[in-house]
Amino acid sequence: MGYALNFNLIWRHFDKLWGGLLLSLELAVISITIGVVIGLVLAVWYVSAGRVVRAVIAGYVEFIRNVPLILLVYLVFYGLPTVVDLAYSAPTSFVLTLSVYSGAYLVEVFRSGLEAVPRGQLDAGKAIGLTPWQRLLHVRLPAMLRITLPALSNTFISLFKDTSIASVISVPELTFGAQWINFNTFRIVEVYLVTTAMYLVTGYIMLFGLRLVERRSRAAR
Amino acid sequence: MLGQILYALPFLAQGFAVTLWVSLLVVVLSLIAGVLLGVGLVYGPMPLRWAVRIFSDTIRGIPILVLMFFVYYGLPAIGLHLPSFWAAVSALTLFKTAQVIEYLRGAVGSIPKGQSEAAMAIGLTFRQRLTYVIFPQAFRRFLPPWINGVTDAVKGSALVSLLGITDLMQAINQVIGRTYEAMPLYILGALIYFAVNYALSLASRRLERRFAFIRE
Repeated sequence: MGYALNFNLIWRHFDKLWGGLLLSLELAVISITIGVVIGLVLAVWYVSAGRVVRAVIAGYVEFIRNVPLILLVYLVFYGLPTVVDLAYSAPTSFVLTLSVYSGAYLVEVFRSGLEAVPRGQLDAGKAIGLTPWQRLLHVRLPAMLRITLPALSNTFISLFKDTSIASVISVPELTFGAQWINFNTFRIVEVYLVTTAMYLVTGYIMLFGLRLVERRSRAAR
Repeated sequence: MLGQILYALPFLAQGFAVTLWVSLLVVVLSLIAGVLLGVGLVYGPMPLRWAVRIFSDTIRGIPILVLMFFVYYGLPAIGLHLPSFWAAVSALTLFKTAQVIEYLRGAVGSIPKGQSEAAMAIGLTFRQRLTYVIFPQAFRRFLPPWINGVTDAVKGSALVSLLGITDLMQAINQVIGRTYEAMPLYILGALIYFAVNYALSLASRRLERRFAFIRE
C-alpha cells in the first residue's frame, strides 16, 4: 500500500481531459449522425429490396458486427492508405471507421423497427391516398422511431464509449488524455478515477436525455 | 506477398490460440461470477442488491479500454502486482460479469411470480426452488443474449494487444511491422475474427429457435 491520493497534478493537466472529453463527444456525434443516415437508408432499402441487395446489406452488417472495432480502426488508418491514394488525419480516419461501424449496428436497429410497424398502419395510409413516399415519411418512419428509441439510446451510448478506441491511433480524446497524464505524472489511480467519473457522468446525462425523449414520444402517441 | 503471409501463419495461429484462451477464460469466469452476483441482485438482502447494482451500472458505464488501463496501471500503484495477461483477463471479466448479471436479472425476472410462490407452497427450499423451478425456465431466456455476448468477448479480447499480449491482433501488427503488408494482413485478421464470431452468432440463432417453441 502506501499510496496517497493526490489530485493536484490531475487538476493542473485537466485541460487534457476536458478537451479530450469534448473531442470524444465530437467524434461520437459526427460518427453517429453519419451512421444514422447509413442505417436509415440501408434499412429502408433492405425491407423493400430484392434478394441480391438484401444479401449485400446483410453481408455488410454481419461482417462489421463480427470484427473487433480496434482492428477496423487499424485497417482504415494504417491499411487503407497503402492501397488507395488517400491521405487523412487520425481523427478523420476514426470518424470514417466509427461511422461505418455504427451504420452496421443501426441498420439492424432500424430494420427490426421497420418490420415491427403494424401492417394496418400502412394499409390505413394507403386507404387515405398517401403516395408510397408519403407513407414512408409520415407513417412508417415515425412509427419505427418510437419503437426503436430504447434500443437506439443503448446503441448511441455504447458508440460514445467506443470513441475511447480512437486513442490507439493517437487521437487526443479522453482516454488518450488519461494515458498522457498517466505516463507523464504517474498519478495513475487518480487520473483513471477522474476519467471514469467523466465517462460515467457523460454517459448518464446522455441516457437521461434520451429517456426524456422516449417518454415524450410515448406521451405523444 | 503470399509467401510472407504463409510464412507468418504459424505465428498468427499462436496469437489466435491466445485470443481463444483469453475469450474462454473471460466467458467462463464471468459466467460464474455473473450468475452468483445476479442471484444476489434478485434475491439478496438490500445492501447486497445495492452493491451489485452499483457495481453493474458503474462497470457498464465506462469503456472497456479505460477499465483495462485502470486495472493494469492502477493496481500496482496500490501494491497489487498482476502480470499483464491476468490484468487484461480481470478487466475483461469484470465487464462481462456486469453484462451476465443483467442477462440473469432479465431472465429470472421474466418468470411469473406464481412459479416461485407455487414452489414455496409445496415446501421447496430456496436452493430447490432455484434449481428445479426458476433456473430451468429462465435458462432459455438467458441463453440467446449470453451467446451473443460471447462474440463480444471474442471481439473485446483484441484489446489485450494494447497491454503487449501477443493475441491475434498483436500478432497481426507484429507481422505487419516486419513485412509492411498492412492491408492483406488486416483483412486476413478480420476474416478470422469474422469466422469465429459468425459461427457463434449462427449457433445463438439456432438455439433461439430451438427454445422458441416453449410458451409462457
